[in-house]
Amino acid sequence: MTNMKNQKTTGLRPALVAVVAASLLAGCATSGNPKDPIEGFNRAMFSFNETVDKAVIKPVAQGYDAITPRPVQTGVSNFFANIADLWIGFNNLVQGKPGEALSDVSRVLINTTIGIVGLFDVASEMGLEKHDEDFGQTLGRWGVGDGAYVVLPIFGPRTLRDTGGFLVDITVDPVANHEPVDVRNVALGLRAIDTRASLLPAESAIDAAALDKYAYVRDAYLQRRRSLIHDGNPPREVEDMSYAPNENLLTMVPIESTWTFMLVGAPATGNVDTPVVAALNTAQH
Amino acid sequence: MFKRFIQLMLLCFAVSASAQASAGVAPDALIKGVTDDVLTTLRNDAAIKGGDARRAADLVETKVLPHFNFMRMTALAVGRDWRTASAEQKKQLSDEFRTLLVRTYSNALTSYRDQTVEFRPFRMAASDTDVTVRTQINQPGARPIPIDYALEKQDSGWKVYDVIVAGVSLVTNYRETFSSEIRAGGVDGLLKTLRAKNATTASK
Repeated sequence: MTNMKNQKTTGLRPALVAVVAASLLAGCATSGNPKDPIEGFNRAMFSFNETVDKAVIKPVAQGYDAITPRPVQTGVSNFFANIADLWIGFNNLVQGKPGEALSDVSRVLINTTIGIVGLFDVASEMGLEKHDEDFGQTLGRWGVGDGAYVVLPIFGPRTLRDTGGFLVDITVDPVANHEPVDVRNVALGLRAIDTRASLLPAESAIDAAALDKYAYVRDAYLQRRRSLIHDGNPPREVEDMSYAPNENLLTMVPIESTWTFMLVGAPATGNVDTPVVAALNTAQH
Repeated sequence: MFKRFIQLMLLCFAVSASAQASAGVAPDALIKGVTDDVLTTLRNDAAIKGGDARRAADLVETKVLPHFNFMRMTALAVGRDWRTASAEQKKQLSDEFRTLLVRTYSNALTSYRDQTVEFRPFRMAASDTDVTVRTQINQPGARPIPIDYALEKQDSGWKVYDVIVAGVSLVTNYRETFSSEIRAGGVDGLLKTLRAKNATTASK
């Protein structure tokens, strides 16, 4: 894993250092958004990522999209999605959703066998829905607050909590831990390109929609994560006219205490169901 | 005699049914009707498939927009600063926001390939005036994308005031941007930014 990170960033390191230095020198030009206390740094990192994407990642993804027949692309997506299902199942389990976890494990069994090493998503056709879980969501379920928004180099938007979750995700990632190393590298590269290619259609819509692309992506990321943590049913937000200034302050945990929660794993505040409540809800269904 | 009676009954039923239809289609039926209509057009329109955004915008204008409440959407996007805007500013804001959303939506339609739309189970009480209709876009080889429509009941029927794609409200996602624009340059500052944005997208 450490190797992978080094490899990905080595060539970019001088540029990265320059960006970080520039953003620190510029002082954090923040607009006082409580969810985004290091906005100056984040904006610099965002434009760095955009530059790298435009120069390298996107052209490769476009090339891949152009030369790879649709069924092959689908097979590649399915293959990596199948590998991911095991960890998704684990996360569902520790979030107190044994039913979903069981479904995820069944998906792996079915897709690996009948679906020929995961190339075909037979399980979805049989009605076993694909879930979207990661360790950041699990932490959210456990009551860990978002913490500050942060844009990571190359990997892009995260919250502090999701950065912690992401570190766990890549530590246990079967692809990143695969031996031998050259096969692993090809697999990691292919997965990255496949992911990037799947995002190509959404991009022009974002460009058309956003007044300020940085803020648009940030706010969409935060909304999306909130929705995912609640499995698509987030509690409804306060209505427009009665909209309280910075309502998010109510549910937001200051950064320092978020770190504390991360370290000690203490269940906290928040409107997120505890695993027990979630388990009860699942049982009622 | 009996036959006449039945005929009369049927007639009454038909009249009351059509009256009900004009007074307001049920929200889920409304979304389904509009979606089916748009999908049928998309499937048969080579120009839109080829990326003709103007043609897609026409489609949105005629089939989709009549069912949206843009004033409400704009209020929702602007948030608490909405109260500080004058009636004229509100009107202008909602016009510009409408243009921006139409562009975005038409742009998304041009990337339509062969997705299908599935309607999630919908339940509402007769007294409800604010409901959410859930749909999902199924696409071969990719995870389905949920799209939810929030509607409110008005005298003229149910109107959409929010569209939520994969958990992201296309309306409230603007709130932070709008309020920082208003903080920097007032409501007129936001209007200016919106006009500039719409002008650049129009020239493309």
